[in-house]
Amino acid sequence: MPKWFTPAAILCGLMFVVSPVLIARAPDESAMGMVYKIYYYHMPSAWMFLLAPLVCGFSSAMFLARDRAKDDRRAFAAAELTVLFGALTLITGPLWARRAWGTWWVWDARLTSSLVGWMIGWAYLILRRYGGPGSDKLAAGVALFGAVNVPFIYISVNYWRTIHPPTTVVPRLPVSMGVPLWFCVFAFLLLFVLLMTMRLRLEAARTRLDALYVALDE
Amino acid sequence: MTPARSSVRPLTPAFVRTVWMVLRKDLTVEMRSGEIAYTTLFFAASCVLIFAFALVREGRAPEGGAAGILWIAILFAGTLALGRAFERERQAETLRALLLAPVPRPAIYVGKLLGIVALLAATEVVLLPLVDFLFTARLFAHPFWLTGLVITCTIGLAAVGTLFAAMLVRARSRDMLLPVLLYPVVVPVIIAGVQGTAALLQPEFDAAVVRFWLLLLVTFDVVFVVLALWTFEAVMSD
Amino acid sequence: MLLSMSKGLTVVRRALVVGAALLALAGGPALAAGNQPPEPQDEFRPVGNSPAPEQIPAAPLLIGAYIVVLGGLFFYVLSLSRRLGAVQQDVQRLEGELKRRGRG
Repeated sequence: MPKWFTPAAILCGLMFVVSPVLIARAPDESAMGMVYKIYYYHMPSAWMFLLAPLVCGFSSAMFLARDRAKDDRRAFAAAELTVLFGALTLITGPLWARRAWGTWWVWDARLTSSLVGWMIGWAYLILRRYGGPGSDKLAAGVALFGAVNVPFIYISVNYWRTIHPPTTVVPRLPVSMGVPLWFCVFAFLLLFVLLMTMRLRLEAARTRLDALYVALDE
Repeated sequence: MTPARSSVRPLTPAFVRTVWMVLRKDLTVEMRSGEIAYTTLFFAASCVLIFAFALVREGRAPEGGAAGILWIAILFAGTLALGRAFERERQAETLRALLLAPVPRPAIYVGKLLGIVALLAATEVVLLPLVDFLFTARLFAHPFWLTGLVITCTIGLAAVGTLFAAMLVRARSRDMLLPVLLYPVVVPVIIAGVQGTAALLQPEFDAAVVRFWLLLLVTFDVVFVVLALWTFEAVMSD
Repeated sequence: MLLSMSKGLTVVRRALVVGAALLALAGGPALAAGNQPPEPQDEFRPVGNSPAPEQIPAAPLLIGAYIVVLGGLFFYVLSLSRRLGAVQQDVQRLEGELKRRGRG
């Protein structure tokens, strides 16, 4: 692991420890009361859920163009994080929605396209696992379509009539809510980088293992 | 090994010639045996009938069910057709021969895409009256809008389906993997197709709504075809 | 990228540091939510046009959401470190095997 990993991990851990305190200090929301504070973990999760397929798609495009294993490893790691942060987003969202909207789920553009994006992440992982040799390139092709879905997820909420808050909420947050939010965003971003690093380490170790098996067979 | 930059310059004579060659080959083979066309058609019709038997209550179809059932049947039938079409290529090793030939790769994709679209269109010619009849759905009240919706939605499904089916030709578990990969990606196309068709069936017809879904489908088609053209070139080059 | 035994353990140790830190604050949100004075609300105005939902308590949803996130992250880190440890064990085993056969 690189030298910065341990200090960064400790910093990340500390930020997560501190975040509930900041969140508790934030004011309640006029319409939703206390339950809206799920937002402080839901939205950073959602942003990571949007970031991961972009990283995956970009790495996949690089892999298809340059055929370097490093790009493929990065795409694989990002796909796992897509599924992870997608799950967190799709669970925390309905928990909040149950109280704020009176229902666990609505089939609007934002939620539907998010679910689709999450499923594309699963499809990538299933393909890597069961597709046999050559599935790295195939999965890279799928990842491109997953990446194209991301901007659609983001802007959908501005153009379709939906119960989900639009993207104007974040820029218009008062400072008392903005501070804990951006604090959590930074914590999640740091966590994202740490998890990618660990996952890449795993993938590199696997490649080393494969090479050793081949060497032993000779 | 970098993929041959055999250009995405469409409409050059070589490109068009290749597309036509691939398309004509597929159509000829299909017309001689009819295997995929007949089985796809029969499967699609069975699908619609099953839905009719399962959902019709006391002689009345479910409200707005016709649009969804139509597109589900086309999607399922299309998945099977794609699987069969590329299985045939795999067995005869013709895909590899095509890829080795000195022709622009994207043209191969476009040729195969048009073949699949033709196959699905033939299926839809039978399915649309069937759905109209079984679900008393008055699909043909606005034929131009219907044609537009059907063509754009079919192209959207076929664009991604052809790419993924070609990619999976040499993969393990390819029969299972095609729906696993294809369905999440084409959900937006299906939604737009179903919503557009449902809007057509409304008693108070609103052209603006149908136009919206049609334009959305056109956008999807453009994005997916362009992406598929580039991906096909990159993925099939080994 | 040779991974010696001590380096491998360090990686696992670091991963457990991250995991333990995340686990330690499972108590955090619970404490914070507990300290929050109940906000007096005479009227619940829902967002948008949805009908006013029943007054299900917010605290279990809030705490549940935080536990899900922290728990999910913790288990993922755990899964990663386990997988990494297993692969590194295999790597060491095979490297030893190779050395034994004199091919280094």
